[in-house]
Amino acid sequence: MNDVIPGTDAGKLAATDLAATNTDAGDAPGWQRTLSNLAAFLRRRLTGDYEIDDFGYDRDFAETLMLPPLRWLFEKWFRVQTVGIENVPLGGAALLVANHSGTIAVDAAMAAVAVHDEHPQRRPLRILGADFVFNTPVLGPLARKAGHTLACTADAERLLTAGELVAVFPEGFKGVGKPFSQRYKLQRFGRGGFVSAALRTGAPIVPVSIVGAEEIYPLIGDIKPLARALGLPYFPVTPTFPWLGPLGAIPLPSKWLIEFGEPIATDGYPEGAAEDPMVVFNLTDRVRETIQQTLYRLLLRRGHPFLG
Amino acid sequence: MMGRTSEAATARTGRTVLVTGVSRFLGSSLAGRLAAVPGVDRVIGVDAALPDDAARRRLGEAEFVRVDIRNPLIGKVIEGAGVTCVVHASASIAPVAAAVRTMTKEMNVLGTMQLLAACQRTASVSAVIVRSTSAVYGGSSKDPAVFTEDTAPRAAPPTGPARDAADIEGYVRSFARRRPDVRVAIPRFGEIIGPTVRTPLTRYLSLAPAVPVPLGHDPRVQFVHEQDAVDLLEHLTLGSFAGTLNVAGDGVMTLRQAICRAGRIALPLPMSAMDAVSTALKMARVGGFSTQQLRLLASGPVLDTTRLRAVAGFTCRYTTRQAFDDFARTIPPVLSPAAVRRAELWATGLLGVRPAADGDPRLTGVRDPVPVAGQGNGEPVQP
Repeated sequence: MNDVIPGTDAGKLAATDLAATNTDAGDAPGWQRTLSNLAAFLRRRLTGDYEIDDFGYDRDFAETLMLPPLRWLFEKWFRVQTVGIENVPLGGAALLVANHSGTIAVDAAMAAVAVHDEHPQRRPLRILGADFVFNTPVLGPLARKAGHTLACTADAERLLTAGELVAVFPEGFKGVGKPFSQRYKLQRFGRGGFVSAALRTGAPIVPVSIVGAEEIYPLIGDIKPLARALGLPYFPVTPTFPWLGPLGAIPLPSKWLIEFGEPIATDGYPEGAAEDPMVVFNLTDRVRETIQQTLYRLLLRRGHPFLG
Repeated sequence: MMGRTSEAATARTGRTVLVTGVSRFLGSSLAGRLAAVPGVDRVIGVDAALPDDAARRRLGEAEFVRVDIRNPLIGKVIEGAGVTCVVHASASIAPVAAAVRTMTKEMNVLGTMQLLAACQRTASVSAVIVRSTSAVYGGSSKDPAVFTEDTAPRAAPPTGPARDAADIEGYVRSFARRRPDVRVAIPRFGEIIGPTVRTPLTRYLSLAPAVPVPLGHDPRVQFVHEQDAVDLLEHLTLGSFAGTLNVAGDGVMTLRQAICRAGRIALPLPMSAMDAVSTALKMARVGGFSTQQLRLLASGPVLDTTRLRAVAGFTCRYTTRQAFDDFARTIPPVLSPAAVRRAELWATGLLGVRPAADGDPRLTGVRDPVPVAGQGNGEPVQP
């Protein structure tokens, strides 16, 4: 790490930085490597020897501590299959737009694992989240360390300009908190702010369709007074929660499919297209329709929600 | 240096600079630096308190006038000397541990008002530079992750030093409207740190062995090296930049990362318990910290410094991390990187696995650049 040269931009993390940190013990058996890497990780934590970018993305922490448990959920619990990862650009900016469901935002985490693990460049996915996330103790700092940030124009454009892969879930709480009866029906797609950001930065839009998240916590009720008292957007009631207590927090093991659709170019539009509501609405509708149609197709392909 | 006196005598530029707060590091260093610049005829350093020996050395050839900026006498000093540029280096300073809140407010807000009033009446004044702080951005979870100079914060800081800084900027802007002929620059500094300055933040980070941090939060922090801060103020004084300017070293750290890099242990405590801990530490006289300062730090915004480089034409020599490490080497660590590495080698040896390579430059003896000789002399002072 070149942190002894003054004036270098320490805020930018080169993709190769981490590879250089612990390449020792390369010929040792797997468990030995895991142990020595873990010891080195603890040492780096204790001495503060790691780098974060301007948004707080801590690659060392995210890849060592956060991705492994999510990867287990991804591979073993939800048996996620991905389609079309080649539609995610090898380098440079892109805006991934996905449907949102599942009572809590597990789908966002799974999309991040899909992009990181299946993409040949193992790119981090920078998710735009609700301010509620960054307001919450523990969750907020963890989301920052994982590279996510607030869903606002300034942050979206800054990340896209820096050539990052940015993901947005335009349905927001309307999507995650919708009742089970409305599963796989896309809600309103915000006000198209994400399309303006893509138009302004010329980043392609990749529609992402996620099937499987709807069944993990089937939402059959919402205790509104309790949600208000706790300051939550909704208080979920599922077939298992809160009846089974902490056990009810275990997601049902549905079968998941994630499809990355063909990129929609945004750089062919005339200057000022981001300020033209007609262009923005049309693009928003096009992205929304693509995802909705893909969802229906994927549902047919999946068959049984749990057996797949 | 030899030819300077004759040169100055023949070609007087008519440039006279007044610097406030010269009993502190930033003011005294800047005044001393400017006094050595051939294009500056005269440098007057003012402060309500007498500078100590270290500050006197830093002042160099600059003159010292003991005057409180809250006193109308400051107007006479400015007028009498025909001051052309006023650098208010003591604005928006963090309160000293002992200073009570009202006192700090009085010094900062009312002092600035009085100083600006004097500047407004003096025709010779053509440039005013007022130090501000990144605290004016507030920083809530609804704000973007990075602030440019034009980002309007969602929630203006309601009370405390951040509010004072926002008020001061307001007065400076209305001064700029009344005197459009005057070049006004407002640098907004991230936390100034280094081997010499002592601030509430450095006192807080020097707590040993454990430093209390807010439970469940890990704010991002940015630092400006003390030398970069002086360099920038000099650059603004001699240059032509007008407007607001974010100033911070490149890169970001988290508060806990900084504490670990200082060889300390972060002790997470609920924010509600911080007041009690702070009081207890003060009573035990083992040093202390102000919860208000910690709250400011916890909401600390990250600054976009594009304008600093592109418009003002200034590049900080120290990154955030280098600035912090330069401070950290002045306080004895509880857990040194070498000790942690030894523990790692011991543990891997015990498990019978080969340890991973260590890329930490602090172990290989490669040190960050040391400040220019004659500057940071390690004496603790107020910034």
